[in-house]
Amino acid sequence: MADIAQTAPQSGPAHRRRPLPLRLVLSGTWLLVVLICAVFAPFIAPHDPLAQDLLLERLPPFWMAGSEPGYYLGTDGLGRDVLSRIIYGARIALTVAFVAATAACVIGSALGLIAGYYRGFVDQIVSRIVDIWMSFPPVLFAILLVAVIGTGLHSVILAIIVIDWIRFCRVVRAETFVQVKLDYVDSARVAGFSRLTILIREVFPNTLPTIVALLSLEMGIAVIVEAILSFVNLSISTDDPTWGGMIAEGRTIIYFAWWVLVFPLIALFLTVLAFGQFGEGLKDRFDPVLQ
Amino acid sequence: MMADAFLDIADLSIVLRSDRAHRLLRSVDLHVNPGEVRGLVGESGAGKSMIGKTIFDILPRAVEAVEGAVTLGGTDLLALSSNARRREIAAAAALIPQDPLTALNPVRRIEGQITDRLTAILGFSKKAARDRALTLLEEVHINDPERVLRSYPHQLSGGMRQRVLIAAAFAAEPKLIVADEPTTALDVTVQKQILRLIAEMQAHHGTALLFVTHDLGVVAKICQNVTVLFGGKVVEDTDVKGLFAHPAHPYTAALINATPRYDRPDQSLLPVPADVIEATRAEIAKADAEWLSQRGQTLKAAS
Repeated sequence: MADIAQTAPQSGPAHRRRPLPLRLVLSGTWLLVVLICAVFAPFIAPHDPLAQDLLLERLPPFWMAGSEPGYYLGTDGLGRDVLSRIIYGARIALTVAFVAATAACVIGSALGLIAGYYRGFVDQIVSRIVDIWMSFPPVLFAILLVAVIGTGLHSVILAIIVIDWIRFCRVVRAETFVQVKLDYVDSARVAGFSRLTILIREVFPNTLPTIVALLSLEMGIAVIVEAILSFVNLSISTDDPTWGGMIAEGRTIIYFAWWVLVFPLIALFLTVLAFGQFGEGLKDRFDPVLQ
Repeated sequence: MMADAFLDIADLSIVLRSDRAHRLLRSVDLHVNPGEVRGLVGESGAGKSMIGKTIFDILPRAVEAVEGAVTLGGTDLLALSSNARRREIAAAAALIPQDPLTALNPVRRIEGQITDRLTAILGFSKKAARDRALTLLEEVHINDPERVLRSYPHQLSGGMRQRVLIAAAFAAEPKLIVADEPTTALDVTVQKQILRLIAEMQAHHGTALLFVTHDLGVVAKICQNVTVLFGGKVVEDTDVKGLFAHPAHPYTAALINATPRYDRPDQSLLPVPADVIEATRAEIAKADAEWLSQRGQTLKAAS
């Protein structure tokens, strides 16, 4: 029966590498720059981010008249170097982004998978909790939480986890619903696998593209929440440089020294944008179903 | 009940959980002897796939088997716990699914999806399972089995995926294979190839085959016996020659008449006449009323 024999596709498993999409390259590059800044801050930053020098206060950025060499992005109202503070601020922003988003992701995704896969009673409980959670205004909830458990990096991270796990839970639950209806789940069942094995080995990998995209997005959101909490002075101590804190300080002197507010704002904006784009780009590029 | 049947479904009724008086399968009897090829024919919604799903314990949540027995190789499946049942099924039976596009896990390589059952349930070594997979892929006429094993499903065509699924179904040398409309989702030219392949594999391995289809032409080609289902009720159970020569039930006769004839292209397509459907429905309604009057009280108590 050679006439019905078939060959594997030309491309084969080691399929040709498509060029990386531009948004993945751009967002990845920016995140890498921020990461390097965060890790090597003491070596990169031109000045001590906490060193005050009242003789050098409100220096403009380097291209404007009156700027001092070495203070590229100017200084704030206490004479601290804005560039150095932005570089050090990346540390806190990224710490919060990674730790809080990852923890929220693990908790939310696990509950979402279980609720979406086992349905019934478990799903009822998880979904009702999510409903209740969603009816709180999230930022207000965070502020309330930090006010109760005290300020500090730990509190900020905890607040973000407590607020944002539902984001993962809802999306992953919905995605699991869709996956469970597909025939490969039945095939695995027919092949004799237990429900737990099927959930972990068959269903979970299929939800990963969604989870990864959401994780990246969530890191951006975590950066924003941290900035908001810093802005209302509920993050870590005001001395430590955070982007939100710098924006808050800059707001009071925006008419004399706009750069104190604008540069951290740009860093914040680009980072949040990059996280979102990076996640979407990853999903586009590596989701085998979309290929 | 036939003593030598490998698969023996007796008096199986399936109801909606939300309305337990509403039967989807109506006291179905079906048996498949070792090595037999049996066709299971019916319109969409007649409950053909439901029978396969009951055997494999993959019924949708909304329905439930309320009475009857499903015996596989002498073991009553419905009496087993869920865990014992899936092991029993994995060793004795396999399914060739309807839609090869969704029946393979998109994020896993083909190799694992063929060898899973061998390594995890039947205790094959990795090497032995891989060798077995390669042999099987050759049997289903895939020219480059090594490469296919390394592939992901999206890298294969629909026909190729169905070949892989057929190979996977035969992997553990099951005694029974249920093919649930295995060609419906495929291109017409590929359908014929896949059909021939299934028949060839069945003959080679001597497996019993329950072939679910709505196509009487296919039944005539590959089956020895046939069960005709209408509205979840068996209306005819006979051998293929008898089916076409002298159908016992008017519905079956009408169904045979409705099959398009390639040798008479000028003849218009004949529907199954409304009075035949009405009569068959009345028959079912009568059987339902009897069934309900016997079990109405217990059903109410249970729900």
